[in-house]
Amino acid sequence: MNIIEDENYHVEYKPVNGQITFTGTLRLGGLSEYAPIVDCLGRAVNESNTLTLSLKSLEFLNSSGIAMFSKFVINARNKPDFELIVIGSQDIPWQSKSLNNLKRLMPAMNLILE
Amino acid sequence: MSEQYGYFNEIDAESCCEHMCLSFKPSSVPIKQRWRNNGLSADFLGDYLTTFFPKGNDQADADKKQALIRDAATYIANELLENAMKYCDDSGNVPNSIDLTLLPDQLIFTEINGISEAQKVKFQIFIEELQNSDPDELFMKRLEASAVSESASGLGYLTMINDYHAKLGWQFDIVNNAHKVTTQVMIKI
Repeated sequence: MNIIEDENYHVEYKPVNGQITFTGTLRLGGLSEYAPIVDCLGRAVNESNTLTLSLKSLEFLNSSGIAMFSKFVINARNKPDFELIVIGSQDIPWQSKSLNNLKRLMPAMNLILE
Repeated sequence: MSEQYGYFNEIDAESCCEHMCLSFKPSSVPIKQRWRNNGLSADFLGDYLTTFFPKGNDQADADKKQALIRDAATYIANELLENAMKYCDDSGNVPNSIDLTLLPDQLIFTEINGISEAQKVKFQIFIEELQNSDPDELFMKRLEASAVSESASGLGYLTMINDYHAKLGWQFDIVNNAHKVTTQVMIKI
């Protein structure tokens, strides 16, 4: 499944570009509700050696979402020679805080705040 | 007899300052619908708050400050409401409420809900760990643990402390033989 969405968010995986784009607000109830997105992120890590996460239109993320991205970054960190690029926005306050925490988990991650 | 932890302030919001309180009857709406209400309530509190920070001469600065306050208020209110919903115990009929109080230099969030005795014990163990740890180290440890465990991590509280520089306090009471927890989160503005 390359598109996961409800009325509040849209997640789209484009295997050809090696990119996953997140838009909207993500406040699902616990990691179990995040499972379809976790699966998509896991598949993307398995399918290529480079992945770009575009989060610059993700307005809100709850703590379960933070846990989801942490889990993903740790999996990406454990794959040898995997290149992860995360694009965020300086205009969305939570991003500069939380995305820098993700970079602390994976210092090799390329974090771009536009 | 009350038990207090952390930074807990007795405030009489009714008489002292601008405040807004939302109250819920926990069992009146199905869980899925209530989860959606958490987001709506948190967004409302965040949006409402921005009206107290009007745009001045420097438009860019005022916009930035509004965005920062809205972001912090929405995140904190949402986490408090999600926690209250995940861990509350409705059997004692303790009303569930969230209050946002605006003081000249700080914002105080006060969340009240019922809690079971077992959950209270677990929560107090977490609070004691939080008080006896370096919050940044504990935060990174819990982020690492999130890869292998789905259990309650306290990430919401740790994010408030580390990313929003919040001070947290708790008060546990017994009301009509039911346990009640009051969680307070204070941020400088």
